[in-house]
Amino acid sequence: MAGNLTLGIDIGSTTAKLVLMDGERMIYSKYRRHLSRVRQTTLEMLRDLQDEMKLDRLSVTISGSAGMGVAEAAGIDFIQEVYATGEVVYKLAPDTGVVIELGGEDAKVIFYAGGVDERMNGSCAGGTGAFIDQMSTLLNMSVDEMDKASLKAERIYPIASRCGVFAKTDIQPLLNQGAKKEDIAASIFQAVVNQTITGLIQGRKIEGKVMFLGGPLYYCDGLKKRFYETLKLTPETAVFPEYGLYAVAMGAAMYARNSEPVEMSDLLQRLEKSAGSDRHNSNRLPPLFKDKSEYEEFRKRHERAAVPLHNIDEYSGNAWLGIDCGSTTTKLVLIAEDKSILYTYYSSNRGNPVELVKSQLIDIRKRCGDHVKICGSAVTGYGEDLIKHAFHIDRGVVETIAHYTAAKHFQPDVDFILDIGGQDIKCFRIRNGAIDSIMLNEACSSGCGSFIETFARAMGYDVSDFAALGLKATAPVNLGSRCTVFMNSAVKQSQKDGASVEDISAGLSVSVVKNAIYKVIRATSPKELGERIVVQGGTFYNDAVLRAFENEIGAPVIRPSIAGLMGAYGAALYVMNIKESTLLSGNELETFTHKSSSAVCGGCANHCHLTINVFSDGGKFISGNQCQKGLGIKNAPELPNLHAWKREFLESLKPSAGKRGRIGIPMALSIYELAPLWHELFTRLGFEVHFSAQSNRATYERGQFTIPSDTACYPAKIMHGHMLELIDDGIDTLFYPMLTYNVDEHAGDNHYNCPVVAYYSELLVGNMEQLRQVNFLYPSLDISGVSALVRTLYPSLHDLDKTITKAEVKNAVKAGFAAYEDYKKKLRAEGEAALAYARENGKRVMILAGRPYHIDPEIGHGIDKLATSLGFVVVSEDSVCHLAPVQYVKVLDQWTFHARLYRAARYAAEHKDVELVQLVSFGCGVDAITTDEVRAILEGAHKHYTQIKIDEITNLGAVTIRLRSLIGALEEGGR
Amino acid sequence: MQDKTFVPFTKEMKKDYTILVPNMLPMHFKLIISVLETYGYKMELLETSGGEIAETGLKYTHNDTCYPAILVIGQFMQALLSGKYDPHKTALIMFQTGGGCRASNYISLIRKALKKANMEYVPVISFSMAGIERHPGFNLSLKTYHSMMYAVLYGDLMMSLLNQVRPYEVNSGEASRLADAWIKKLGRELGESRRISYKKIKKNYAAIIKDFAAIETERTEKVKVGIVGEIFVKFSPLGNNDLERFLTSEGAEVVVPGLLDFCLYCIYNTIAEHDIYKKKSASYPIFKIAYRFLCKKKDEISTLIEKDGTFEGWTPFDKVAHIAEDIISTAVKMGEGWLLTSEMLELAESGCKNIVCTQPFGCLPNHICGKGMMKPIKELKPDVNIVAIDYDAGASRVNQENRLKLMLANARKNLNNASETTASPQKSEKRTAAIV
Repeated sequence: MAGNLTLGIDIGSTTAKLVLMDGERMIYSKYRRHLSRVRQTTLEMLRDLQDEMKLDRLSVTISGSAGMGVAEAAGIDFIQEVYATGEVVYKLAPDTGVVIELGGEDAKVIFYAGGVDERMNGSCAGGTGAFIDQMSTLLNMSVDEMDKASLKAERIYPIASRCGVFAKTDIQPLLNQGAKKEDIAASIFQAVVNQTITGLIQGRKIEGKVMFLGGPLYYCDGLKKRFYETLKLTPETAVFPEYGLYAVAMGAAMYARNSEPVEMSDLLQRLEKSAGSDRHNSNRLPPLFKDKSEYEEFRKRHERAAVPLHNIDEYSGNAWLGIDCGSTTTKLVLIAEDKSILYTYYSSNRGNPVELVKSQLIDIRKRCGDHVKICGSAVTGYGEDLIKHAFHIDRGVVETIAHYTAAKHFQPDVDFILDIGGQDIKCFRIRNGAIDSIMLNEACSSGCGSFIETFARAMGYDVSDFAALGLKATAPVNLGSRCTVFMNSAVKQSQKDGASVEDISAGLSVSVVKNAIYKVIRATSPKELGERIVVQGGTFYNDAVLRAFENEIGAPVIRPSIAGLMGAYGAALYVMNIKESTLLSGNELETFTHKSSSAVCGGCANHCHLTINVFSDGGKFISGNQCQKGLGIKNAPELPNLHAWKREFLESLKPSAGKRGRIGIPMALSIYELAPLWHELFTRLGFEVHFSAQSNRATYERGQFTIPSDTACYPAKIMHGHMLELIDDGIDTLFYPMLTYNVDEHAGDNHYNCPVVAYYSELLVGNMEQLRQVNFLYPSLDISGVSALVRTLYPSLHDLDKTITKAEVKNAVKAGFAAYEDYKKKLRAEGEAALAYARENGKRVMILAGRPYHIDPEIGHGIDKLATSLGFVVVSEDSVCHLAPVQYVKVLDQWTFHARLYRAARYAAEHKDVELVQLVSFGCGVDAITTDEVRAILEGAHKHYTQIKIDEITNLGAVTIRLRSLIGALEEGGR
Repeated sequence: MQDKTFVPFTKEMKKDYTILVPNMLPMHFKLIISVLETYGYKMELLETSGGEIAETGLKYTHNDTCYPAILVIGQFMQALLSGKYDPHKTALIMFQTGGGCRASNYISLIRKALKKANMEYVPVISFSMAGIERHPGFNLSLKTYHSMMYAVLYGDLMMSLLNQVRPYEVNSGEASRLADAWIKKLGRELGESRRISYKKIKKNYAAIIKDFAAIETERTEKVKVGIVGEIFVKFSPLGNNDLERFLTSEGAEVVVPGLLDFCLYCIYNTIAEHDIYKKKSASYPIFKIAYRFLCKKKDEISTLIEKDGTFEGWTPFDKVAHIAEDIISTAVKMGEGWLLTSEMLELAESGCKNIVCTQPFGCLPNHICGKGMMKPIKELKPDVNIVAIDYDAGASRVNQENRLKLMLANARKNLNNASETTASPQKSEKRTAAIV
């Protein structure tokens, strides 16, 4: 009997599972979160098993990502977890077509039909259990509550599915705008589904029964529902087996049959030994403090930067109110005439900042009574507009200005401010009393405060206890300085190596600091930051982070005692000149109510999802809009916008009936540059030229099933949808050429395209089976001149239609180039006209620079419209680059689009009224080269450099702050 | 336009400067260095490793730059800042192919890093066949190039044999020791000889093959795993977390297509460029001759290997060049371009069905030629078992190894299934366990 007993242990990234099998029968199973105490938990579970079952001999195999280290240390057989799942399903449910398994941090898909294919998520993909945990924390719900809520959803918001960080960026503003939690919960699950599709299914067909495994899919009905609907499954084809949680452990148990049986006592002993011998791997850092006295010195030094507090009940006189409605927290500060603090409040938003602020205001009004008069109020942060409208706050203050105002109070000649908040890292350099440059973290590296908090909670600690533990770390783990998802894996690695909670806590603090210094600020030495540095933001309450920062830059800094309230404090200081406030009175507050609903704007093709907030006084606040239309505002005359002009020009290229039938060209990537050329060329040849429509979210979703590389840039990934759109329209001849070389404008060392623009057609052919049903022309072309293009284009056209002659092609090519030149001439004239308009009317000019395809409404997310609404005349890089000379840079300047960027930057550098904002697609490898150069050109002329990273994210909140900060800085500088 | 001013490596510098070489292909570079040393250059291959290299790199270059650039810059900067070298007597060298991939910017990025560290006076030698920059003190003769070509060939030969013997050797470490001994001998010889004796070289080839064949082995059935990918992470243990060693320790036989294929690929592209765009050029015939010449050199070694019979020879490059033409055009020439796809197909065709496709995270050409071609490759070769591994300063080893283990588990299963179909029926009773 004993010989038949086999034990499978599955230790994943968050949970441990045990399965004991007697032959084919499962006779014992257990599931537990291990809270990163991997070895101890395993051991405890085994002891429980032993107490209950009184075993003597059995065979054991370990599986799971965190199990690898345990298996190694204890000398127990190991089996890779996906492989284990594959074997179990093959045995127990041989009619399964596809397995989808979501774990703590891994997602796996196994295809059976048509050749077994096992896949795991790549290293940049977080749509998994840990992601769901993180999101539920954000919603201030348990996973269970979130699941239940999601079932009541009425609509799905688009949420970026690539990784937790992106998704958070989308969810936060939804919360701040008052979207319903039910809808957000369902949207989160949908994001997980989308992630699985783009990351793992990658174009393979879903055939046969689909089996769902793993914790999240076992517990979350809402998630099941999303999968069910998205994959169009039926009760027959969707399988949720009872052993959903234990598949891997069962696989391990089955495997254990060929392991040598061991005595249970021996097994326990081996694990005990390995649990005790937690190895310190080499990848450790020095402790945060050498000794106790160093810590004491540190503590005393920071106690000095404090603001006096006064009891509001004992104070009588004037006061000013500052509110900072941030991404994850809301802060309120009431200050007295001597700038001392009368009242503070700091709390997590819990998804509903309006209610939170209301109850606080009521409390403040009560405490003020008749003895304190609130003379002025200001609000800053993500929720600025909403709160301002709701409570009739006097002023909205741009975050950067609020923070600078506060920092000045502690260090009048401060020259560098670093603010690490819940979701943002902001830093500003101050020169000559004005904000000189602003750096915000890009969406991909917001591993900030909320990130440590989520980790702390996941490991079962309160964030302040967690930080305190970090101070005691003897050997902090080195977790690198990349985004959250990567850090999850690094933490997993250190857990495998047996790192203590103390060491992980300190390691996370060091990572946050490194992220800020090297990724956001990109500094090499403390001298680069400044000499009088003020650090602030809630994250700096964490002494471990503060210490790690001082250690990293090798110099002491100032952390105000109100580090987390600086935005609110600064906002209050900012309005101390106001004498009479418009803030709602105590009575008005008591009766204040707030309702939010959602709607879709019909103003244009963008169909923005609007959230409409209605307040009890009849006031209304609409958010989610990309332009003014959604607000029902009859537009003031629109400012010139070259992005819009280009879009309209491209729209005007209509098909005209021709003898040779229809040809479809995707409006994506290089076509945004060359559309006039191809349109004229093919029209002349007698083709009816159809461009796909400019993109929207649905375009992306339409093609997402066929994307093989999920880390490619969004403009490339959206291409798949464009191809499908053309095919679905019944067009059976498609064209997207291979272009190693771009047009040569003689402004650079060469005139390449980037590899993605150049060769994406090969990827499309390889991965979109639909393309094989049509005629897809993708010849390698040379567009350097008429004869070169004729030479390279003719053969494939002739193959397509034998009646096409070389002479015809030659004439068409000539006409095509003429049309292209004409377009460029118009574009430049339009650019010059816009500049002239701006100068006549005293408007600022923004060169919204990037690549031609960034004008696509889905890729550029309407940032151009946002800029005009903020009072900028918007021009594109290609409409003004001809006004500057060829630019010399420190790097190889061999891409046509780059050369334009550098020249546009030169133009901005030389003109006081022109700013340049660079749009960069996430994942664009070549822009890692251009951004530094563009920055150098601008900063060489003491201009601001603003970079906006764009991806699937549709949230413009962060962009608004950035652009408003830019305006704020310009105004400060101009004073 | 690029600002073309740079600190040249002068003839004066040649006398007493040490030229640091990044650790890309340890075996090949050692040989090349010994050739160059005989021409009076003082060179040192940096063999440092560890997480600090990437950390240093991140400090001195844009964090979104390719991982190889971060590593190369990190390794250089770490060396220069270590105090071990006098920065005023040190130069750096980097290999450059040019082209539309951002990797052609490594030299500029190294110079920018130097400037950041206030060491812009350190010359950076751009080593390229295309002669992108001129350095008066680093002007190589045709003969030097000729010797270096043989260094590459020797390197490929030894890498191939070493990989074929090492997993089976009875006395662990024997094959590596043999390779080291040969590298020392060959390096000296290539440099010292006043003229290149092809007879001598052929003799060496045969002797090397004989030596490796003589190593005592125990032939067990092992899974074969091919490594392809972006050139730096494919070859450099620093770039790929010692991938070869990991796979070997997991009991696999590693197959790594050689460096010569990459050189041939670069030459082939120049020819293909003319054919595709129908451009006439004076250098076209010269490249064709060079191409033929190198193909022949490769084939000669392969013939010798096959004659000996112990090891497997190499697929002729001409075949490699055409193997993937149905799924990718040879116009795709940025980064490793079509060669990457071709190498995967070639591996699958020559019986190595398990493949690790390595790339730096966010490598642009590999979106197309690596991940983008996996579906078509699987359609052509349904039994191929490919795993794509991203390398990055933040990627954790445990994730990479877990994915590799999955690939290996399937590899072993396929191996066992294959041997079962040929073996007696009783054998199938045995579990086809793949316990890793």
